[in-house]
Amino acid sequence: MMDLRELYQDIILDHGRHPRNFRAIEHPTNFAQGHNPLCGDRVTVYLTLDGDRIADVSFQGRGCAISTAAASLMTEVLKGKTVAEARALFAQFHARATGGEPGPDLPEPLAEEMERLEPLTGVKAYPARVKCATLSWHALEAALKSPGATVKTE
Amino acid sequence: MRPASLRTVYPGPGGFDPQEIKREFPIFASNPGLVFLDSGASAQKPRSVIDRISNYYSTDYANVHRGVYRLSARSTELFEEAREKMRAFLNAADSREIVFVRGATEGINLVAQSWGATFLKPGHEVLISELEHHSNIVPWQILRDRIGIRLVVAPIDVTAGLDLAAFEALLSPRTRLVAMTHLANATGALVPIETITRLAHRHGAKVLIDGCQAAPRLSVDVQALDCDFYVFSGHKTYGPTGIGVLYGRYELLSEMPPWQGGGEMILNVTFEKSEFQDPPHRFEAGTPDISGAIGLGTAVDFIEELGRDNILEHEEALTGYGVDRLSRIPDLRMVEAGQRRLGILSFDLEGVHPHDLAQVLDQHQVAVRAGHHCAQPLVEKLGLAATTRASLGVYNDESDIDRLAEALGAAREMFLR
Repeated sequence: MMDLRELYQDIILDHGRHPRNFRAIEHPTNFAQGHNPLCGDRVTVYLTLDGDRIADVSFQGRGCAISTAAASLMTEVLKGKTVAEARALFAQFHARATGGEPGPDLPEPLAEEMERLEPLTGVKAYPARVKCATLSWHALEAALKSPGATVKTE
Repeated sequence: MRPASLRTVYPGPGGFDPQEIKREFPIFASNPGLVFLDSGASAQKPRSVIDRISNYYSTDYANVHRGVYRLSARSTELFEEAREKMRAFLNAADSREIVFVRGATEGINLVAQSWGATFLKPGHEVLISELEHHSNIVPWQILRDRIGIRLVVAPIDVTAGLDLAAFEALLSPRTRLVAMTHLANATGALVPIETITRLAHRHGAKVLIDGCQAAPRLSVDVQALDCDFYVFSGHKTYGPTGIGVLYGRYELLSEMPPWQGGGEMILNVTFEKSEFQDPPHRFEAGTPDISGAIGLGTAVDFIEELGRDNILEHEEALTGYGVDRLSRIPDLRMVEAGQRRLGILSFDLEGVHPHDLAQVLDQHQVAVRAGHHCAQPLVEKLGLAATTRASLGVYNDESDIDRLAEALGAAREMFLR
């Protein structure tokens, strides 16, 4: 069995305990809720889009260390990115977290951000936890698609 | 470190020795070191049950109730013998009051769709409680939306036990059915169903008891309880999956229409119409889970051999030990369970999400359940999104609780440093 510290690396424990950008945006241009019916976890992702660029991103909700850290790290890497860059990161992250084909390499600045998300991809050894790591990203995707939406991870 | 004074000396009454019992369950030999504390979700199976199913297929298998050949007659006899074992297990008056179903969920759906859809009318009320798990909520919601009954929910009190006064106040001539758990699966709260039944009957309501968690732990006597329906699941009662029991008072069953049509449940079929069998076969359309029923019969034998009073005594002692042991862990709060908690230890470790906790416990080979335990409304009412639940079985002893407590210590260290 994999050492649990591979799953719960320090950066995850830190972001789980002290999530960054853990706040509501009062007048978001886009927002969406994510819900994992399996464990009752809920997350709301808020976005302020400036044209095609993510000027601000934040989240609120309740969840396990993995889902809280995933949302926290997501907001950190997304700030200032374009919508297309955000989607490229999600695609790459999703593939790595599920043990799928990572696809073509990301361009340099995005590849660096992907490095920051790497600790979360430890969930691929624990299939029941993949949803924890991807819930906030699914909510992001829903927020980008329609300004106020709810997604479930089921 | 161990609170020595609390330790029960095994073997207990009737030679009840969990260590010895554990050897009867092959899962523990296949998974050395496993601390299995999720019997509330599904219990492990003793060797006798596993062997019985295998032997049945090897030596006695044929379809039931149809062949004239001897093998089919033998199979039918074994199947009906299992029904008789269920009758004795619940102390029903007549084995025709035992309907084999897939599990408690199917038993409740059967009552809702057959009895409920026939005898309940718009404005009638089905009274459940906040302690119910989804299987005793959703079938009634479906029925409500179909025929316009009301679903009324009796609240819990401050100790998270059923609020008896509030329950009584909700009873009225409109109440036609009280459907209630015997033992709450999310918290372990034991419900005084004798009182519930007496009060409900006084108001002319029928009573259905969900015995999923009670049947493996308590003696159940449906005649003494005087309930109208009682359901339980085989797989939580040390038997196989896919089988369960609905007990129904015969005069009620005989008035109820079939809920599924097919073979087994008919007397005579033409293209114009069909005549149906009497209960219980009326409610057992199609080839039943024969091996499941026979396997459950063996599980019931296993339980009776251990002695149901012994099992209750064991679970009570271990529950007490568990509450005491876990309550000593800093930041750990037991989820309230009313006046009497049995077999289930639900708790919250402040600052650690149950999913993270269960993950760390799994690393220590301690299997528990994390989540809302299919009782989402109750868990939310208790102010939690999820809890961690350790549920006990006949094979558990204090060393399992100690291992749980040690693993909880490790989890605290990891998340609350």
